[in-house]
Amino acid sequence: MLSLKVQVRQVLPDLAGDPWRSQAETGAVRRCFRPPRRVTAANIMRKGADMKTDVLIIGGGVIGACIARQLSRYNIDVVIVEKESDVCTGTSKANSSMLHDGYNVDGHKLKGKMVLKATKEIYREMCDELHVDMKLCGSIFAGFTDEDLATMHKQVKMAEENGITNLEIIDHDAMMIKEPHMNPTVRYGLYNPNTGVLNPFELTMALAENAVINGAKVFLNTEVTDIKVKNQKIDAVITTNGVFYPKVVINSAGLYSDKIAAMVEDVDFYVRPRRGQYYLYDKQFGGWVNHCIYSPPTETSKGMIIVPTTEGNILAGSNAEMLDDKTDFSTTKEALDEIYNTMIHHLYPDLPRVGDVTTVFAGLRAASNTEDFIIEHARTVRGMINLVGIQSPGLSSAPAIADLVEEMVRAVGEDLDFTKKPDWIPGRPKPVILNRMTYEERSQFIAQNPDYGQIICRCESISKGEILDAIRRPIPATSLDGIKRRTRAGMGRCQGGFCGPRVVKILEEELGIDPTEVTKRGRDSRILAMRAKELALQEGGSHEKIKL
Amino acid sequence: MKKLSYDIVVVGGGPAGMAAALEARKAGVEKILICERGGKLGGILEQCIHNGFGLQYFKEELTGPEYATRFSDQVEASDIDVKVNTMVMDIQEDKKVIAVNPEDGLFEVETKAVILAMGCRERTRESITIPGDRPSGVMCAGTAQRYVNINGYLPGKEIVILGSGDIGLIMARRMTLEGANVKGVLELMPYSTGLVRNKVQCLDDFGIPLYLSHTVTKIHGKNRVEGVSIAEVGPDRNPIPETEVFIPCDTLLLSVGLIPENELSKKVGVDLDRVTRGAVVDEKRRTNKDWIFACGNVLHVHDLVDNVTEESELAGRAAAGYIFGTYAPRKNPITVKPGNNIGYVVPQSIRYHDESQKVIRLYMRVRNPQENVTMEIKDDKGEVLAKFKKDIVEPGSMVNLALPTMKLTEDMKEITVSVAE
Repeated sequence: MLSLKVQVRQVLPDLAGDPWRSQAETGAVRRCFRPPRRVTAANIMRKGADMKTDVLIIGGGVIGACIARQLSRYNIDVVIVEKESDVCTGTSKANSSMLHDGYNVDGHKLKGKMVLKATKEIYREMCDELHVDMKLCGSIFAGFTDEDLATMHKQVKMAEENGITNLEIIDHDAMMIKEPHMNPTVRYGLYNPNTGVLNPFELTMALAENAVINGAKVFLNTEVTDIKVKNQKIDAVITTNGVFYPKVVINSAGLYSDKIAAMVEDVDFYVRPRRGQYYLYDKQFGGWVNHCIYSPPTETSKGMIIVPTTEGNILAGSNAEMLDDKTDFSTTKEALDEIYNTMIHHLYPDLPRVGDVTTVFAGLRAASNTEDFIIEHARTVRGMINLVGIQSPGLSSAPAIADLVEEMVRAVGEDLDFTKKPDWIPGRPKPVILNRMTYEERSQFIAQNPDYGQIICRCESISKGEILDAIRRPIPATSLDGIKRRTRAGMGRCQGGFCGPRVVKILEEELGIDPTEVTKRGRDSRILAMRAKELALQEGGSHEKIKL
Repeated sequence: MKKLSYDIVVVGGGPAGMAAALEARKAGVEKILICERGGKLGGILEQCIHNGFGLQYFKEELTGPEYATRFSDQVEASDIDVKVNTMVMDIQEDKKVIAVNPEDGLFEVETKAVILAMGCRERTRESITIPGDRPSGVMCAGTAQRYVNINGYLPGKEIVILGSGDIGLIMARRMTLEGANVKGVLELMPYSTGLVRNKVQCLDDFGIPLYLSHTVTKIHGKNRVEGVSIAEVGPDRNPIPETEVFIPCDTLLLSVGLIPENELSKKVGVDLDRVTRGAVVDEKRRTNKDWIFACGNVLHVHDLVDNVTEESELAGRAAAGYIFGTYAPRKNPITVKPGNNIGYVVPQSIRYHDESQKVIRLYMRVRNPQENVTMEIKDDKGEVLAKFKKDIVEPGSMVNLALPTMKLTEDMKEITVSVAE
């Protein structure tokens, strides 16, 4: 019944004699961090028992993870339940990866307040503590017409109302210096030095790992199916992996936050997925785009963006399509053509439509009917906090949202112990990323652990040691996508064609599972069907061919 | 960091790297190092367990591993140094090669010449941006080949293959022999892009249909592939919407092209050909960097390993000649240009006098299939230097034409290869 085991997984911190802890405390994580024990299928796939907790966070996206970290500072039991096999699989995973300063957001709306409060200084400190790469590259709104210039003046005014005064309108020549590969017919640029980029998966993972290191528990493959209310208070949260009895429930379920909220009471809000499709370009174009570039709005689109990622790719998108299906992450030819023809080709004429495209993908924004963040207590039930409609600039607002939610938890959880943990750790073990090191540093790591010298992913030069680390981290990678997002193995131009079979082998050996149980991203996304020859020995089988 | 010194560093221990190293050794170069990223010599041949290799070179039919062993045995018997599990990270302007492996860690090799023999990679679903879901069960044919032949596991049971490249055709047969049902092969172009013999032996013999001018328009399946939408394409290669149909399957294999793996070459400043995506080379397989040579699939994608071997032997001899200063340059380098219906020609130039070389073989692919044609090599005055009759030429089969060196004059600057109109 191995397949059952894969469905159920729990990550528990093991702080007693934990070498990560002392390393993190001294701030000198020089070595590959070795876990206290070999992580095997037996101890990461434990079944969740019925348990009490102070706070239960539903959803392991960037918001849930940031709140978990915030609350892990105190003597409070925190549990995250996540329905997928990894954290950061929904809206947090597939987006523009930009850190906005909020210059073009209505400062009176909640989302405006949140993004303005989460300043780049706060973000910088958080990223430094968590060893997350953040690049403050600035953004430019590229203008081609007088209308665009008028829009820029309006935006400068809006920014000033939001207290942002360092925007600058620049001319064609200044644009070409900043962006030499851009379409030379560009006439104006609205330059904003406050915008940044980071890898949202890296951040979410870091936040969740930090929470786990500080005592939070993460239950993966754990979907909430019902919430029981007794005497106008939360009684029990029923999941596919046990029953939880929390004092406070935080509903940060993203696309499904309306559904979770409605388990408790009638609600007047809803979430509809708004899909955006993206191109990710090969690293060979890495130096072509230096800032986050906003395209001017057109008749059919509100404007799109081209972003230089922290890893040296170029990300370009996205359109906006209202859908009904919250699971539809598919891309379409129509949208990809539109994004390319109206935006990418216009701004950077030399970027191709096909060929040196690393991948195309779609993300779903969790758009609420109010088009604003909705962060409020349940109206008729005590102990439930709903976070609904957290779409852009949700990533940029995360630390401010976590602050706000802490205040709300304090308001309803009066018997919770908000004493600060004296030994709270702000960081996490620094991941070994050989690509970011000098040759000398690398040599030292390989001398200590030869696995760092065995390259598995040749496009991104990722070693076996880094892949093993990902499987052994506080929140372990258990699938090809899990490895890919933590290490970039399989994220390069061959898209795992070369390293895929090798990573499958490492996963099977390290997790002690059968190769046919290795998945792309949990559920039924198995890579392999069966042993060779098994099918040939079976009777019958289908022989139907395509007939046109 | 460990420091080593060699005369030649060969990047890649597949058929190209092995043949080049052996030939350079025979020509008298003493200190040769092969860096191979896999666990043993042989490269992609290791997973090509079908036969059909060596018909030209050995005049017998071998499997991939057998063909590889013919060379790896010789390498092992020689004093050529081999480092396996070794990835070359960088080739530097100052003729230093940086590589890494678990045993030596990062190390630096000072060298006199480098032979590039890194092979190629498969074009992906992502790079041709097939829309739809992104489930598991979509993979390149070569990856599937590795899963089946090396890992010993079958990726799926109901298979659709996009692209009639040779690996796709070989895998259609392989999966069928493993008991899977290959429902059909779709090819965007109006002709098959693989070798004719592979179409006959891998599809026709197993009753697997090949649909030309068809493509996959959408992939369906949230977790695992559940099916693909396919459609006929018009002359502009765009799908015709009314022909779209849904085909249930659990696996989509792609054989939609191979791309020479030239990231290292690019970094050190080797000029690449826009069509082959390999280095621009002269008849000695020498790049614009006079100490860097290229051969095999990293130079241009070959159909037959036999041709790879011949080309790599040439590159190995040339690297030795470079080290010993054997070849005298011509007064004018001759540019070799692709003419009517020729996609590309390798080499792209002829730069040396070499008495020992009676003919220079020009390797090329045509753009479109044609029957009963005459192929011509003309000089810059339009004079025909050589003429060849061919029953059939098609993009899936590389053509090679022997140009007698005696036809080349000292003041010639350009020759053009074309299919006569």
